[in-house]
Amino acid sequence: MASTTDHSSPMNRKRSATARSIDNGFVWGTAAVAIAVGLLLVAIALRVGTDALPAIQKFGLGFLVSNRWSVIDGAFGALTQIYGTLVTSFIALLIAVPIGVGVAIFLSEDFLPPRIKQPIVFLVELLAAIPSVVYGLWGIFVLIPFLRPVGIWLNANLGWIPLFSTAPAGPGIYAAGLVLAIMILPIIAAISRDAMVAVPAELRQAAYGLGATRWETIFQILLPAGFSGIAGGVMLALGRAMGETMAVTMLIGNSNTIDSFSILSQGSTVSSLLANQFAEAGGLQVSALMYAALVLFGLTLVVNVLAEIVVRRFSLKL
Amino acid sequence: MTSRLQSARQTDSVFHTEDLNIYYGNFLAVRDLSIDIAKNSITAFIGPSGCGKSTVLRCFNRLNDLIKSFHIKGKIYYHDQDLYASEIDPVEVRRQVGMVFQKPNPFPKSIYDNIAFGPRLLGYKGDMDELVEQSLKQAALWDDVKDKLKAFGTDLSGGQQQRLCIARAVAVQPDVILMDEPCSALDPISTLKVEDLLQELKEKYTIMIVTHNMQQASRASDYTAFFNVEANSKGQRTGYVVEYDRTEVIFQSPKEQATQAYVSGRFG
Repeated sequence: MASTTDHSSPMNRKRSATARSIDNGFVWGTAAVAIAVGLLLVAIALRVGTDALPAIQKFGLGFLVSNRWSVIDGAFGALTQIYGTLVTSFIALLIAVPIGVGVAIFLSEDFLPPRIKQPIVFLVELLAAIPSVVYGLWGIFVLIPFLRPVGIWLNANLGWIPLFSTAPAGPGIYAAGLVLAIMILPIIAAISRDAMVAVPAELRQAAYGLGATRWETIFQILLPAGFSGIAGGVMLALGRAMGETMAVTMLIGNSNTIDSFSILSQGSTVSSLLANQFAEAGGLQVSALMYAALVLFGLTLVVNVLAEIVVRRFSLKL
Repeated sequence: MTSRLQSARQTDSVFHTEDLNIYYGNFLAVRDLSIDIAKNSITAFIGPSGCGKSTVLRCFNRLNDLIKSFHIKGKIYYHDQDLYASEIDPVEVRRQVGMVFQKPNPFPKSIYDNIAFGPRLLGYKGDMDELVEQSLKQAALWDDVKDKLKAFGTDLSGGQQQRLCIARAVAVQPDVILMDEPCSALDPISTLKVEDLLQELKEKYTIMIVTHNMQQASRASDYTAFFNVEANSKGQRTGYVVEYDRTEVIFQSPKEQATQAYVSGRFG
């Protein structure tokens, strides 16, 4: 590029003032947006915290271990909901992790020709695009009638196990957990598949080169190498399962008392409680709901911190 | 050339190929390969990029089987056994014929577990600690790592990683070790260490090495095959062996013009 000034070397060329101000503006603009997002989180947490303060002062930590949620008596405890949240999420993980990782293995290997594999990958990811309320509707009209005989059989034959000690009542914890499993399956499958595909091809060849079979290669090299990604996906899915509201509210039965540990009975989760009660709530009840929200906030925070620890602890330096 | 080669072959051969043609789908990658690999020797494959050296190398441990469109015509014999016969399990072949790759590829595991991986697959019953020590000593890495066997293999330097990969290959006590440009990612000092290592390893193993470094081939190998590539009318590039002989013959008095040009650095 010819220059008419004395500074003909490219090093000495000055950028125009406009270009530099656009540069600076961009840096400041992105910084402002990033800070604003952080502040938003802090603002929400603060607001929920201050609104929950009356309930925190009244019930203290007893809120976490009391299963009494009585609007009439003004007595609030969220044990039922915390239990429901943890159990539905646990059921969901129990079902979705093995299936999701299995799907990820299947779709990251060359078992299928790409022509068939690509549509399947797409369909699995499309599961995540179904709106929550549609899952709820499907659960009510298809899944629950379908599960009823299973629940009756479980109660009749395995009723001595506390988990199956009640007769199924249509909607319930198990139905919510199962639908949650389907909802988080694509998250686990997609992220795990990405993690497996990202394992360098050289490691696969090294394993094959030492005389490892395909399965030895998958289980001893590829899965451990992709572990941090898979664990991250599972934690993300757990966060989703604990916060999921619409489908769970439609399927769990929304009982605010906990009579047994049975997963066949009706229950509620923190998010279903919030969804059910916010409209008519007033006074201390609002504060109690805010407290419950804070607890859910805390639970997801713990999950995310654990996820971070797990990922760092086991992340393999490639 | 044939008679000269036969006279050069005092030792018995480990591999023997007959009119080997290697295809990816319809594409002929390497043609008309008839070659003998002598036991306890180092055989180098040299030639310009894209001439199919690595492809040929990977035929000997059936690693090309991982590529779906790959197939061969002709025969490869391994100790008089047809390597591509239907009853041969490629997994078994790879336990006999180890491989060291171009880019060091230790597993993201400890140094110890890297070495123990292969023997564990084979259900090795002996003293694993001793096997790990022996393998690392054979790869001239023991003194570097004996105090940190629990450290990650991936934390070592590039040259150490490659020697770790050699130790890993040696640990399964293979018959042959294939090396695909093992020094191309290494600095000159690490390269010399690996070359010294080759001379010790050939006492026990048969080694086949692909290299772009002609000094390396002339320094380290006993036999050298010079590959070249030519395009057909459709522009498909097919590799073939121009000349195969003792290394000093290839480098000092080659019979073919192309070999002479290549080893003297006039092309390639």
